[in-house]
Amino acid sequence: MDRLISKLLFFAACSSTAILALIALFIFKEGVPIMIKSGLGHFIFGTVWQPLEGRFGIFPFIVGSIWVTIGALVLGVPFGVACAVFLAEFAPRSWVNFLKPAIELLAGIPSVVYGFMGVVWLAPLIRNYLGGPGLSILAASCVLAIMILPTIVGVSIDAIQAVPKTYKEGSLALGATQWQSTWRIILPAAKSGILAGVILGMGRAVGETMAVIMIAGNATQIPHSILDSVRTLTANIAMEMGFAVGEHRQALFATGVVLFFFIMILNSIALRFAKKKF
Amino acid sequence: MISRSINALAVLMGAGLIFAALACSGCSRSSANSITLAGSTAFQPFAEKLAEHYSQLHPEVRINVQGGGSAVGIQSALSGAAQIGMADLLDLPPEAKALDSTVVARDGIAIVVNPENPVRSITAQQAKEVFSGKIANWKELGGADTLIRVVSREEGSGTRRSFDTLVLGAERLSPKALFQDSNGTVRETVAADPNAIGYVSIGLVNEKVKAMTYDGIAPTHENVKSKKYPLARPIFFLTKGEPSVASKEFINYVISGEAQRNLEKEGLIAR
Amino acid sequence: MRIPPNITQNIARSLLFLATAAAVGILIFVIGFVLAGGLRHVSWSFLTGPIIDMGRSGGIFPAIIGTGLMILVAIGIAAPLGVASAIYLAEYTSVGRLTNAIRFGINCLSAVPSIIFGLFGFLLFVVMLGFGWSILSGGLSLAAMILPTIILTSEEALRSVPLQYRNVAASLGASRWQVVTKAVLPYAMPGILTGVILSIGRSMGETAVVIFTAGSAVQMPRSVFDSARTMAVHFYILAREGLSSDMAYATAAVLICAILVINISAYAMMHRLMRGRRTA
Repeated sequence: MDRLISKLLFFAACSSTAILALIALFIFKEGVPIMIKSGLGHFIFGTVWQPLEGRFGIFPFIVGSIWVTIGALVLGVPFGVACAVFLAEFAPRSWVNFLKPAIELLAGIPSVVYGFMGVVWLAPLIRNYLGGPGLSILAASCVLAIMILPTIVGVSIDAIQAVPKTYKEGSLALGATQWQSTWRIILPAAKSGILAGVILGMGRAVGETMAVIMIAGNATQIPHSILDSVRTLTANIAMEMGFAVGEHRQALFATGVVLFFFIMILNSIALRFAKKKF
Repeated sequence: MISRSINALAVLMGAGLIFAALACSGCSRSSANSITLAGSTAFQPFAEKLAEHYSQLHPEVRINVQGGGSAVGIQSALSGAAQIGMADLLDLPPEAKALDSTVVARDGIAIVVNPENPVRSITAQQAKEVFSGKIANWKELGGADTLIRVVSREEGSGTRRSFDTLVLGAERLSPKALFQDSNGTVRETVAADPNAIGYVSIGLVNEKVKAMTYDGIAPTHENVKSKKYPLARPIFFLTKGEPSVASKEFINYVISGEAQRNLEKEGLIAR
Repeated sequence: MRIPPNITQNIARSLLFLATAAAVGILIFVIGFVLAGGLRHVSWSFLTGPIIDMGRSGGIFPAIIGTGLMILVAIGIAAPLGVASAIYLAEYTSVGRLTNAIRFGINCLSAVPSIIFGLFGFLLFVVMLGFGWSILSGGLSLAAMILPTIILTSEEALRSVPLQYRNVAASLGASRWQVVTKAVLPYAMPGILTGVILSIGRSMGETAVVIFTAGSAVQMPRSVFDSARTMAVHFYILAREGLSSDMAYATAAVLICAILVINISAYAMMHRLMRGRRTA
């Protein structure tokens, strides 16, 4: 009986691994040939995306994804770390029990709702007061910053709480204020954990599709300012997926491969940072 | 109490497996009474209305309509994901040669601007230059001194391909253009931005946007019907091989007098 | 001029408080806006009525059923498979290269953007396997998407069980499976269930995967082979095409309420079970 169960569990584990490997293989099998055919350099750095003419350069979309992600980090990281510090160090315990789940709830709201709010509220504001089409890098960055906030806050709180109490107690005993201890001792010690959270947030921002399609405008050119419209890698896949065939479809899978590697690298870096021991 | 949670989990798992088994043994997918249409977002709202009427007449038939653009329509018909592909193109591309086509309606394309925009007319030459990016400021068309924002469809769209051929000709679309993935969203984007210009199917123009006259000809029903308004294309229903009985009957319904009159009432042109 | 440290402390504390307040404020704004715009259109007939005129009037019952069926399919496949795999990885294997490799692979896949699962699901289920746009295709694609997360969270929950529990049970003569069911699983259950419930919440809000695999039919689905909308897809279409902002807000209100209920019950369960354990 016990052996039967252990065989069943083994089967489950194998199936899971097989399914996930199948997905990875599928994506690679479809995507890699076109990358080789166009030449890896041409594919990644080519600036012209005219799929119906066989030209597959995804550089504008890479730039779009990068700008939007960096924007999200610039807005989200200070915001998120500030919240984390407040919740971990300065807020009364009773508040934390309510505030921490509240911030985590931000991650539960569907991305299409955020996108919609962005289109209805944010884009007109940007268009009327700052110029440009409104559907822009800035709008996308703001929305993404809100979406990745819970990730950054959660991981940062864990990182701050993982710092041994002796650090803080020693600092306070020497006469430092709580803020001085936090700023000069605890945060530097928690740096790698916070960085891990930031990188995880980055991965999430790069992977977001629906909100970005709604508010970034999807222009195919390389942007020159944060008020310009962009198309990200994920938006490009989503917009063309339904009708792409042949090489065009393979090019979309290849975009998926690029995304896959990018996020895999980000995650590995994050894991290594998160493992720091004291 | 904890063991109750284990029981809950076990029940959930069991339910899942039983459900999966039941679902597979349930109605088979190739149900003769189910039709899927996919493709043109210009025709999609009308297809949905027709489907709603048809279902009242024939309640046992289930019709579901997807969008995605004309290229999705062609691909779905070819792959079998849809029984009927919808495409609004001037003429069918080579990959659609393997499909049988039926013209079900004609539709015009209107160039639209925001209601706040005073510019209401555009010539063919101006349209070509605006959409290719050569004219970049509204003042060159007699409007305010602001940048023109071009909104377009993605490449798989029949409306886009028809527009490219009829208006742009040999020119390319402006690299600064914004893209949206359906007629409805192009309309909404133009409706929200006072400096935007775009193109949508005439059947989808509503009070949120203003349609411009093209070379002096207004994009009205009569003008499209009499072929005076040049920006128009047919709408095809595409089927592969021998269509199912349900599909054939639905197509016959769509080309019948009653349905065609309904389409005309809603803003399309009868075939 | 050097600012005295207690003044910097007060300034810092105020700024940090403002940041947190802003974050919570945004949450309240988004949820409040949607609920304010939407709840007044939500009625019993809205919740049980059919989608009429592409969503401009009527109700959202088909979308509710579509959402429910799709989640049932997704969880029905991913939960048993994922938890069983996690049990195997955590309890039946020792730390080794193969296990580490598998865990790394699962980690990577949990970070893959959802659109890739949509692409994969569209090609495999809709086109190649011939399921077409259907709840089945959507549910299977969602299952693939949440499987890594369920495995990871379940495994972590299992690993967090202290070694003594296993040792004591084993020393009392329990077989491996009995150790798992009697000593380990009860302790890990809150973590496992939370992971499953949060995956449900994530699936409800997921649009990219669903729209490409399950399509967007407005009728009530008759079986899992029919195409159907989820509430998120319905909201997306209504909002984007400008069909009816009232109905869009109402749908979003229902959707957000459902997600709130799911998330809050996940927390409540976590809390209660953990508190129960602490006093035990």
